[in-house]
Amino acid sequence: MNAMLATHLDPLAASLFSLLTIASLLLAFVMLGSRWLKDYMLAFAAQSWLIGMLSALVGYYGGYRELYWVALLTVLFRGIVLPWLILRILRRLNTARELHEILSTSSSLVIGAAAVIFALVVAMRLTADLHIVSNVVVLALTVMFSMKLIGFLMLALRHEAISQILGILVLENGIFLGAQILVPGMPLMIELVLLFDLLVAVACFGVLVRYLLTHIGSTSSRDLRRLTG
Amino acid sequence: MSMAARILVLLLSPALAVVLGLAVRRARFSEYLNLAASVAVLLAALPLPFAAARPATFLDGYLLVDPLGAWVAMCVAVVYLLSSIYAIGYMRHDASRKARLPLFYALLAGFALTMLIAPLVNSIGVYWIAIELTTLVSTFLVGFERNAESMEAAWKYIIVVSSGISLALLGTTLLYWGGTFVYGETYQLTWASLVHAAPQMPPVLLKMGFLLTLIGYGTKVGLAPMHTWLPDAHSEGPAPVSAMLSGALLNTAMVGIVRFLAATDAAGQGALPHAALVILGVFSLLVGALFIVRQRQIKRLMAYSSVEHMGVLALGFGFGGTLGVAGALYHMLNHSLAKPLLFFGAGNAMHRYGSKRIDDMRGVWRMFPVSGALWLCGAVAITGAPPFGLFLSEFAILRAGWGGPYLWAAIAMLVLLIVIFVAFLNHFRAMYLAESPANSDELPTSAVPMERESWYAGWRVLPMALPLLPLLLLGVWWPASWTALFHTIANALGAHP
Repeated sequence: MNAMLATHLDPLAASLFSLLTIASLLLAFVMLGSRWLKDYMLAFAAQSWLIGMLSALVGYYGGYRELYWVALLTVLFRGIVLPWLILRILRRLNTARELHEILSTSSSLVIGAAAVIFALVVAMRLTADLHIVSNVVVLALTVMFSMKLIGFLMLALRHEAISQILGILVLENGIFLGAQILVPGMPLMIELVLLFDLLVAVACFGVLVRYLLTHIGSTSSRDLRRLTG
Repeated sequence: MSMAARILVLLLSPALAVVLGLAVRRARFSEYLNLAASVAVLLAALPLPFAAARPATFLDGYLLVDPLGAWVAMCVAVVYLLSSIYAIGYMRHDASRKARLPLFYALLAGFALTMLIAPLVNSIGVYWIAIELTTLVSTFLVGFERNAESMEAAWKYIIVVSSGISLALLGTTLLYWGGTFVYGETYQLTWASLVHAAPQMPPVLLKMGFLLTLIGYGTKVGLAPMHTWLPDAHSEGPAPVSAMLSGALLNTAMVGIVRFLAATDAAGQGALPHAALVILGVFSLLVGALFIVRQRQIKRLMAYSSVEHMGVLALGFGFGGTLGVAGALYHMLNHSLAKPLLFFGAGNAMHRYGSKRIDDMRGVWRMFPVSGALWLCGAVAITGAPPFGLFLSEFAILRAGWGGPYLWAAIAMLVLLIVIFVAFLNHFRAMYLAESPANSDELPTSAVPMERESWYAGWRVLPMALPLLPLLLLGVWWPASWTALFHTIANALGAHP
């Protein structure tokens, strides 16, 4: 009954999909392990390129024309425009790295690994319940859930405003990646969501710039301590 | 007026207010333009729930006007009008802001527009987008004062809410995936098609999808423990904005949760979703109560009261049944009437005393003989005391839970509501009756009541008086035609009597 694209792939497509999803997950770990905001940002840009390539491949193998547009927009906005904007802001801010991390890099990597194992268990239970025997589906679910968890981990562990914006974008990259493999036919939504990322980013930058007007010298959320109780 | 014309007025008048206000850029013009738009919106929205007995779709099926959505839109319209009146008096107070007033009113009208669209959207994906739009527009309103505190609040607001709502997107994706098992790869995911597909969907996807959307939209509703953005955003925005956030915005996110809940009910998988909603509701009441007891800032007091009332709504829908749904809908309107009144009183007091701290606000009777009385009535109303509407609606919700499987939740609700009643009114007792502290010489003892001073125009009293009459009326008389309406909505949601 269910004619999912991901369960009827030829071997080459299946291995390409797997390669791209695993590479995206690895890049999420690069972000988690990096303290330098510039490296962090470059890893995000690379991940967006991979996801753009994945969209194009899904579009090609599944015959979904609109996914080519999604691929183009992903590469253009998340792969080029956003990283460029962030680089400019980084230059103005003089904050090259996270100064105060709650956890050391190695501990956060270990927690990230635990998150991936948790995601894998959930994905396997889910596919077993649905009687789907496809490694690509399990992989897509695992990467989607674990990128979600890693994104939240970054939001919780990092204080720099730029890190938090990137954390939110990682959350959404994870959903994109999963949605393209699991439900490539979802109408209209992916384009609109992409548009929204742009708006979120713009709003974040808007807030950030105003922030600079009042809090000169610091964009760390550690200094956001006035409102409590 | 036909339904299509009403919808047109409802959506076009705030849109026009945004465009014209930004084009003309005159402070006075923007004030009255926004006021006119809000009056038009209320006139169009008031009869809407009763005219929409049979759901109708507009704009190629993008808009769905059903009684539930129309009811929430009506609550939005009520708050929009009250805030627009109050904003005129409040925003004039600081003359330095005059140049930025057109921008403020354009944002306010835009915020109202997004909140009117959200409950009337037919597609689940577009609903997510509409809710995200409300966040984007209101961030600028929360940060409008441009000081360190409001920047902090705006930042926390956008980061916490966007990351929370991304969970709702994940849930929506999973639900869409569940639908492909019924409809095939590509289809339109609307509220109706979700309910229709739910019984044949794999239950695991349905439940997971619901829980993720509950957490996601629950962040926007302000259910504890995802409420952390709420007290900051509500306390740092200008008072009219706080009223819109609390009285209108939270409801528009709640309506999504209710519709997802209906889908799980239709599939006979409602037990876990209802339990989750009830637990979040009780926890919100608990968090609200704890922070109200020891609160020191006046607007944060009101904000935690919003967390409390969203908890009550969650309990109403969580208990379910016709009575629970009816009580929750009645409560939604009552809360939308009472909460603006409280924020407006807080805004007046903050201007007069030049402080946000409750400890600095003493002798309210002397300073505000008229609006002080209105504010006190509002406080009595919001704590759920008779003879105001909130008493009736909270009582209905309590009855819905009593004797059912969630008796423990009903008992917890009763106890926490009593705690909140005592604690909330104790703050008001101190403000109205307590002796001034030692530094009282800063306030002239024989000062003229503030209401005689020029900055204190009728714009600031009128929106406090307006909602009191309906609140009182709804407290003594539950209109029969509304019972029928609530029955229709409860049936549409698949609630069992």
